[in-house]
Amino acid sequence: MILRIDNLVKHYGQVRAVDGLSLEIGQGEVLGLVGESGSGKSTVGKCVLRLTDPTAGTIELAGRDITRLSRRAMRPLRRDMHMVFQDPFSSLNPRFTIEQIVGEPLLRHKVADRRGASERVSAMLEKVGLRQEMRSRFPHELSGGQRQRVGLARALVLEPKLVVADEPVSALDVSVQASVLNLITDLQRDMGFSCLFITHDLSVVEFLADRIAVMYLGKIVESGPKAEIFAAPRHPYTQALLSAAPVADPVRQRERRRVVLGGDVPSPVDPPSGCRFHTRCPLAYDACRTDEPPLTDTRGNGHPAACHLITADRIPDAAAHR
Amino acid sequence: MTEQAVTAGRAARRRRLWRRFRRRPMPMAGLVLVVGFVLLALAGPLVTGDPAAQDYLATLAPPSPAHLMGTDDLGRDAFARIAHGAQVSLQAGVLSTLLAMAVGIPIGLVAGFYRRWLDPIVMRLVDVTLAFPFLVFAVGLAAIIGPSLKGVVLALGFSQLPAVIRITRGEVLAVREMDYVAAAVADGAGDGHIIFRYVLPNCASPLIVQATVAIPAAIIGESTLSFLGLGVQPPTASWGVMLTTAQQYLSDAPWLAIWPGLMIALATLGFNLLGDGLRDVLDPRSGR
Repeated sequence: MILRIDNLVKHYGQVRAVDGLSLEIGQGEVLGLVGESGSGKSTVGKCVLRLTDPTAGTIELAGRDITRLSRRAMRPLRRDMHMVFQDPFSSLNPRFTIEQIVGEPLLRHKVADRRGASERVSAMLEKVGLRQEMRSRFPHELSGGQRQRVGLARALVLEPKLVVADEPVSALDVSVQASVLNLITDLQRDMGFSCLFITHDLSVVEFLADRIAVMYLGKIVESGPKAEIFAAPRHPYTQALLSAAPVADPVRQRERRRVVLGGDVPSPVDPPSGCRFHTRCPLAYDACRTDEPPLTDTRGNGHPAACHLITADRIPDAAAHR
Repeated sequence: MTEQAVTAGRAARRRRLWRRFRRRPMPMAGLVLVVGFVLLALAGPLVTGDPAAQDYLATLAPPSPAHLMGTDDLGRDAFARIAHGAQVSLQAGVLSTLLAMAVGIPIGLVAGFYRRWLDPIVMRLVDVTLAFPFLVFAVGLAAIIGPSLKGVVLALGFSQLPAVIRITRGEVLAVREMDYVAAAVADGAGDGHIIFRYVLPNCASPLIVQATVAIPAAIIGESTLSFLGLGVQPPTASWGVMLTTAQQYLSDAPWLAIWPGLMIALATLGFNLLGDGLRDVLDPRSGR
């Protein structure tokens, strides 16, 4: 295992951003962490990189517990992981050239001198599809897609074991999204890093992810292999998310049964009792309001979900309820 | 090769800012006034005569070709004294601002960056400083080290300190939340590197603007202290000292008051116009 998160909790004052979350990512595996805004998925990414301190739980990187390491002790371990940020406009130091930005990890970890760093930056820029003359430019001279390629180059220049990608394409134009996604896919196959890919858009991880974990209000409600999740989602929330994604075929799109969720995501300051999803779930009944369903792998096939309605021989169908 | 390219990028940015700046009439007028003031302070004393040379045959003489701005009660050339006074004003303005920046920026940086444990302490100290009346402090300082330009610079620098600390800290609080700072942590950068290479350069614009506000304030401050006898001492020429003398002859030789008063007004106006322009160009967020 490259990354193992066990029962992670992160509270910002009253806000329970992450409230007991566990997940694992294997060598070279891409895990898509999917959730609405406010579900706490970005906080998970920040905790993994130790950019913020977890309230409780443990985070293991390649078998080593990094949950309570000091900033100084963390520093050498940062060679093995990096992050791609959502906002390509605020994630690059405006006073640095592209060469300085991409070379920074090399110099900070002293894996190369200035000359060596320069060569590796060249190679990296080529890998992410940026022309060499970009290296002397400043971030404000680049487009959003180009900036995100720079962010990718910075994250990968040390050939880390783990990359946390926090909504790396959601701030980009749709036309650019596809090319950056393809680039990430290619680089991942090429370099073989493990990836925690955070997104609110299931269709983004459809091509990229090996497994998918769906998050709701600070907890995982369902996880499993990508094909399983897309073909046979078990949790009503996952079903709703999937039914919201458009299908390219207009005939099928028309025939589809939609699950339309009412209301907004409840406040993480005071999450609902019992199952956190019961306030919006079309199938909720009495037990959902009082008892919190555990995340259990009912059928023992590596596809756990947290719903009272899932039994060994029955899967709830949110779309059937009108 | 890369170094050159980097410089080229910076030069391009500078050219663009200059183009934006040049189009505005008021900031350009400010720039002209400031350049004129600096030239007067640097070159003026070289071309004028001795500001202390007395001519008892021509006391309180009105402006004439021999004495462009007239003479004072001791027959000293007012233009020579204005030029030397500009030097004093420039020194007081620039040195006190440099002093405040040199002390205040590091304090603001660490206070903002180590928000949790240093910030409350530093900000309460700043509040204490703010509550201290400037003139009382200047009088006290003059009493301790004697009235002099050094005392003026210290008093003015100290009085600017709270503003510099507050501005720096405010910028740091905003900049440290930027993703590029988080990225620097992920890069494996240490605090010192982050503070000096990531935070400080991105806090620079409002501080440059602050300097253009602080310098004219310090020029007025120097004149005030010298006028009150707490600053530069006669016979050294200073605009404030000149005003003190002129006060006694206001009806007989009004030009003695007009020249230093006009110079103080123009220098202050110039810096303020320049500062407004710089703020618009460097820091478009804070438009009025």
